[in-house]
Amino acid sequence: MKARVPAPEDPFNAFITRCEGKPGGKGRLAGIMVAVKDNISTRGIPTSCGSRILEGYTPPYNAHAVDLILGEGAVIAGKTNMDEFGMGSSTENSAFGPTKNPVDPSRVPGGSSGGSAAAVAAGMVPMALGSDTGGSIRCPAAFCGIVGLKPSYGRVSRYGLVAYANSLEQIGPLAKTVTDVSLLMGVISRYDPRDSTMQNRPFTPRLNGEVKGLRIGVPAEFFGAGVDPAVGEKVRAAIGLLEGLGASVVPCSMPSMAYALAAYYVTCTSEASSNLARFDGVRYGASDDIRKSWHEAFREIRAKGFGEEVRRRILLGTFALSAGYYGKYYAKAQAARRNVSEDFARIFRDVDVIAGPTMPTVAFRIGEKTDPLSMYLSDILTVPANLAGIPAISVPCGKVSGLPVGLQIMGKPFEDERILDVAYAYEQEAA
Amino acid sequence: MTVIIGLEIHCQLTTKTKLFCGCSTDYRNDPPNTHTCPTCLGLPGALPCLNRSAVEYALRVAKALNCTVLEEAEFARKNYFYPDLPKGFQITMYDRPLAVDGHLEIEGDDGTEKRIRITRVHMEEDPGRLVHVGSGDRPRYSLVDYNRSGIPLIEIVTDPDLRSPKEARRFINTMRTTLEYLGVFDGDREGGLRVDANISMEGGSRVEVKNISSYKGVEKALTFEITRQRNVIRRGLTVERETRHFLEARGVTTSARSKEEEHDYRYFPEPDLRPLRVREWCDAIVLPELPAARRVRFAETFGVSPPHARTLCGDLKLADFFEEVAVCGDPVLAATWVADTLLGEIYYRDMEIARVPARHFVELLDLLRKKEITDKGGVEVLRTILDQSAKGEVPENPAAIVARLNLGKAAGDAFGPVIREVVEACPAAVQDFRNGKPEALNYLVGQAMKRTRGRADPKELARMIREAIGETGVTG
Amino acid sequence: MVSPDDVEKIANLADIRLPGDRLGEFTREFNAILEYFDILDTVREEAGERRGVFNVMREDEITPSLPQGEVLALPRDSEEGFIKAPRVME
Repeated sequence: MKARVPAPEDPFNAFITRCEGKPGGKGRLAGIMVAVKDNISTRGIPTSCGSRILEGYTPPYNAHAVDLILGEGAVIAGKTNMDEFGMGSSTENSAFGPTKNPVDPSRVPGGSSGGSAAAVAAGMVPMALGSDTGGSIRCPAAFCGIVGLKPSYGRVSRYGLVAYANSLEQIGPLAKTVTDVSLLMGVISRYDPRDSTMQNRPFTPRLNGEVKGLRIGVPAEFFGAGVDPAVGEKVRAAIGLLEGLGASVVPCSMPSMAYALAAYYVTCTSEASSNLARFDGVRYGASDDIRKSWHEAFREIRAKGFGEEVRRRILLGTFALSAGYYGKYYAKAQAARRNVSEDFARIFRDVDVIAGPTMPTVAFRIGEKTDPLSMYLSDILTVPANLAGIPAISVPCGKVSGLPVGLQIMGKPFEDERILDVAYAYEQEAA
Repeated sequence: MTVIIGLEIHCQLTTKTKLFCGCSTDYRNDPPNTHTCPTCLGLPGALPCLNRSAVEYALRVAKALNCTVLEEAEFARKNYFYPDLPKGFQITMYDRPLAVDGHLEIEGDDGTEKRIRITRVHMEEDPGRLVHVGSGDRPRYSLVDYNRSGIPLIEIVTDPDLRSPKEARRFINTMRTTLEYLGVFDGDREGGLRVDANISMEGGSRVEVKNISSYKGVEKALTFEITRQRNVIRRGLTVERETRHFLEARGVTTSARSKEEEHDYRYFPEPDLRPLRVREWCDAIVLPELPAARRVRFAETFGVSPPHARTLCGDLKLADFFEEVAVCGDPVLAATWVADTLLGEIYYRDMEIARVPARHFVELLDLLRKKEITDKGGVEVLRTILDQSAKGEVPENPAAIVARLNLGKAAGDAFGPVIREVVEACPAAVQDFRNGKPEALNYLVGQAMKRTRGRADPKELARMIREAIGETGVTG
Repeated sequence: MVSPDDVEKIANLADIRLPGDRLGEFTREFNAILEYFDILDTVREEAGERRGVFNVMREDEITPSLPQGEVLALPRDSEEGFIKAPRVME
């Protein structure tokens, strides 16, 4: 793992590549510096996904989201650090060293979009793009005390997002305020026919802050074992604030939470094992001695180029899809997903939004979590939204021991505008 | 010993663009890696987007082969690593293909019509093209061209209903013609059709032969395999179940050391694409006229004989040409001349039917119909036209050629002297004929033909010679 | 439960060479995760109509390809327009 000496202007190691921006474009983002996570393709700017295997890779094309922000006059501030290929919840799995949490640099910023969140939290940029496969926008937003939105699946084009888990992930906005997140979301959500999983649902921002009569579902499982009681308390207080504004709380239950995390990890590792097969050093990226034979060279490149967590997930996914195991793992995981979606649909018949903590704890120390499974377990509250494809936002709701806590609000499919509005209402009242 | 053969045929569809991206499919005359984009290069972040025409073409094939279209078809990933496979997986279809349970009728080995069952029809993308640098057994490195990566393929799998290499070849020819009639395939495109064959001698293991890329290659490969397997059995051994590669140049199959049957492709549904529900679409498709129907129409409308109809309809462009020239007033004559004479002449010249000027051919047929030239004269006119066309010139009109080469059929009287000459010069033959040997007449006619340089009709000459000799003995 | 040998076989299938020194530890972590996945055995598939989006397609219209120069700028090595790759053993 390459250790990087933090540049004085980037003390938290938020960026992998800094760019010289030339403001001058017109539009809704005119002159605004936007940081872009390094798994989003940027033409002419190196794109590494936090990995050595993409050393030297400079894409010949922009992601759709990048074209859209440039089209509105934004300036790309640089490419931000991340867990390699999006695999992680702390931005410790980067070939370019960990990113530090600006609130407490001895702690992780969350992941995998840790660099984007840190850049915003540290005031280096007002807005950033991240990606969320199992919580990778919401987790760092919660840990760094900023706002992060995972759009509904199919609301933002994935064209140009280096795939980790195709059926789960979306590009999304991070910023200090809900207003800015909503603005950036409005820009990046334009329809793209090149993404066959995208639906044409124009985004019309609606920040009224009006929550009178809003019904908020609060599943018991979101405050269960494994969730820090202090964190739970802060989140309940935040929900209480919304009640004070006229919303009502509806207790509910999601039995599928018992296997949601397992379903998530089987699905994402399976899809990843296939998505990462293209990194062979032939057309781009790191390559090996051409005198070796194909399979020898391929194995070496992948051994050296991928970090341990990536190797682990590729093997898990390969195993899950291998002959004889498809039914036990992948097929069951998809059935589990359908049950999670059904649970949400059932609850949403009686409520408008669902609320709970974004993360079970506050930011942990760098190097503290060494056991992979315990790291996976921290995603327990964020993965259900990815499994069901529903929109979810994290908005800061106070601190525990000086460390930020995130309130997560989830909505029905394609009701991104509504959860932004609820988050806005909370943000305005809490200020 | 019964031979059991099944085929897997891969055909490139003639859409304008690739299966999952908008790159042009017209890559054959262009330099390498000039028809690529992030999607067909498999660059990180690129996404596939399905070509509507490819689905239309595939459904035409499914319908023409009398298949049942599945309620829901789904693309799947076939995962394996190879330099010509840019994503490290091929997007294909696995347990939910486009269509199943069809059939195609061919001419069996005994001349009767035979039904070959089609197991399934599905769509998939072509990989890139690999060139090995260095000698055959010890290549130094490989060169990759991704122009072909992403070209739409249709895969047609048959039940093991074929019983001989010749039947297999006939099946492929019939399939190729059918696909051309459907407007989805162009047999002239090199490498557009590839075949994998499964063969077993009844009761024995199944051997898969891959990498056959020509129609003749199929017959060669299977013939070799039968001989090889017979030899194995004769030596008292059992035929191993394995995958073999066909080496076209040497006409042999060799064992594939890459242990292909051990591949675990880890199929799962392609998450970047949506499933297809296309039954109604298929029902609404109106198929163009297919070879069998065209044969019937040629017989009924033009009076073309069955063998001629089969020849003419066996190639779409040839059948189209025939219809163009059948307006000449004698379609049966046209059929004979196209199927028996023209076809041989263009084959000999390695010429495409498209280069033959239809208008000139019609004029030629006219001259023949009116008996203004003999058959032999007609052949010479045709050859002249073809040679001139082959050089890129606009050929002379048939009438002009006839005049220039003095091929006009002379009136019978003009040959009187020739007849008398021949009869006087060949007394022995004349005597033989009088004694009842009809072949002697042929000899005399041949002598007369030589002296008239093809300007006389052989039947006419025969009649005149018989008259001159005086009819005796058996009529020849 | 998988053995270190099984893990190596899976690595073979995934075409990644695993460093031998940590194989034991890696296998232990691997098994812990697989054990966690066992909860999926309890999932009962709820029957219901498969909903979703179908027939997403594009028109058969040509869009510009990348210029050859841009394609060849990506790999380490190219030769006469082809991309160089390690040899394949046939």
